[in-house]
Amino acid sequence: MGGRMPRWQLVLRYVLLLAVLAVTIGPFLWQLSTSLKGPTEDMYSYPPKLLPEHPTLDNYSGVADIIPVWEYALNSLKVAAASVVTNCVGSALAGYALARLRFRGRKLATTAFVMALLVPFESIFIAQFTTMRDLQLNNTLIAVVLPGCIGAMNVLLMRNAFSHLPYEIEEAAVIDGANVWQRFVRIALPSVKGTLAVVAIFSFMGAWDDFLWPLIVLSDPDKYTLTVGLNFLHGTFANNPRLVAAGTIIAVAPLIVMFACLQRYFFRGVGEGAVKG
Amino acid sequence: MSARTHRAASPWLFLLPGLVIIAAFSLYPFISTVGTAFTDARTLTPGHWVGLRNFQDMLDDEQFWTGLRNSTLYVLLVVPCTVLLPLLLALLVQKQVPGIAFFRSSFYTPVVASVVVVALIWVWMLDDRGLVNGILGYFGTGPVEFLSDQWLLLFSAMALTVWKGLGYYMIIYLAALANVPKELHEAAAVDGAGAVRRFISITVPAVRSTMVLVGALSSVAAFKVFTEVYLMAGPTGGPAGEDTTIVMLVQRVGTGLSGRTGYASALSVVIFVVTLVLMLLVLRADRKDGE
Repeated sequence: MGGRMPRWQLVLRYVLLLAVLAVTIGPFLWQLSTSLKGPTEDMYSYPPKLLPEHPTLDNYSGVADIIPVWEYALNSLKVAAASVVTNCVGSALAGYALARLRFRGRKLATTAFVMALLVPFESIFIAQFTTMRDLQLNNTLIAVVLPGCIGAMNVLLMRNAFSHLPYEIEEAAVIDGANVWQRFVRIALPSVKGTLAVVAIFSFMGAWDDFLWPLIVLSDPDKYTLTVGLNFLHGTFANNPRLVAAGTIIAVAPLIVMFACLQRYFFRGVGEGAVKG
Repeated sequence: MSARTHRAASPWLFLLPGLVIIAAFSLYPFISTVGTAFTDARTLTPGHWVGLRNFQDMLDDEQFWTGLRNSTLYVLLVVPCTVLLPLLLALLVQKQVPGIAFFRSSFYTPVVASVVVVALIWVWMLDDRGLVNGILGYFGTGPVEFLSDQWLLLFSAMALTVWKGLGYYMIIYLAALANVPKELHEAAAVDGAGAVRRFISITVPAVRSTMVLVGALSSVAAFKVFTEVYLMAGPTGGPAGEDTTIVMLVQRVGTGLSGRTGYASALSVVIFVVTLVLMLLVLRADRKDGE
């Protein structure tokens, strides 16, 4: 690295960093603060008070009295967990075949996944809705999971990861008489754990944060996922920002914790996804 | 089963789940959308062939033009910000100063949150008596009606989209900047080139292909905008529906018991064509400049 930075430049850098920090994190802290403020506290006071005077968790039980927020969270969790399992299994299997197996039609199969990538969900959701109705799955959590349960993008990510493995590691196993399945499970899969983690995390985040599709396919308020439930809460009780704030914190907290623990996979996913996408 | 057939069948067994899902939930719906676009189907009736009538109806549909206008504005105003601001941010966090990992992670946090969550946070901050207006009031500006004025609503939603994407594109740029040789900057600095000059003549050319990639990704995403505007302006798209985007229009006319499936499918075809054209345009611009 070249010479040291002049002192004024370093100070300027930190001032800018702190300013951006306030803009990116500030809104979350403000929301957290609002969710902890008691009913007697003036939320509109100026200068704004970031620390609640009478901190309380009442808003978290209060929001549960209006919408079944914990059941919605459970629904979101079910959808996200199912999406992680199906995406990991489905895209690892397909990605392995596309990258490591030789067969007629391999190019065609790859093209099918690439073409699926070109069709934006926003241009087919009306047809999806009709399909789900024909399958009599409308208004079920299965219908929420199904369209995104094996993402074409994830298949191509896994294909990419498998194709970077050296051929020698599988050749030895072939000589030892291992069949395709044994090679896949014992040798190839453990070597792409990193990419598999990326697929898992982005599947979870995608399913947990999704809004448009659950909004369309779920009509019964009992079945709502968190995002649809929050929209409902916002529409009905926009007059109490404390409750809405508590609801949003419930929805965002698990992902922030997950991000804090698994940061490098999040960053890695951005890199790999952008290159392929 | 003999070893031979086992061998031939297994690739397709591996591919089966993935192929079934994308065939059933991407490729088939696409074909069916194109087919339905030429019918007068409704939610409960299959409909008949009507030729190009849905597309002709679109030309006379004011809501369609409103939606197209808003989604196009979204692309025109959001994309330049999304291409430029995260690049500046990446330059800011590129240098290894103490605590930089914390700043990088913090800047990425809005990416992790659901659009629904951040939209509700913004709605609360932009409220007539919310945090932003409190701060503006301190400087003597009366409450700005971010959430009831047609244009301010749309601009607020755009700002939200840019804000939420900052960290994501910052990470993409960081990877690209890591490949820019440091010597170039140092040589230019020795020659007396200022920071702005170095940005324009060294950084931008070095990360140009990444800027094009970001432009392609964000323009497609911006045209398809739904959640931000739906939550901030409401399901009916703000005052007199003037903030409706094209995807909101599809959602409104295509769902429900009296949904006009045929017409919504025709609108969907328009969305597909526009996103495809946007992608091709941006990628083509890249090739032209590169020559």
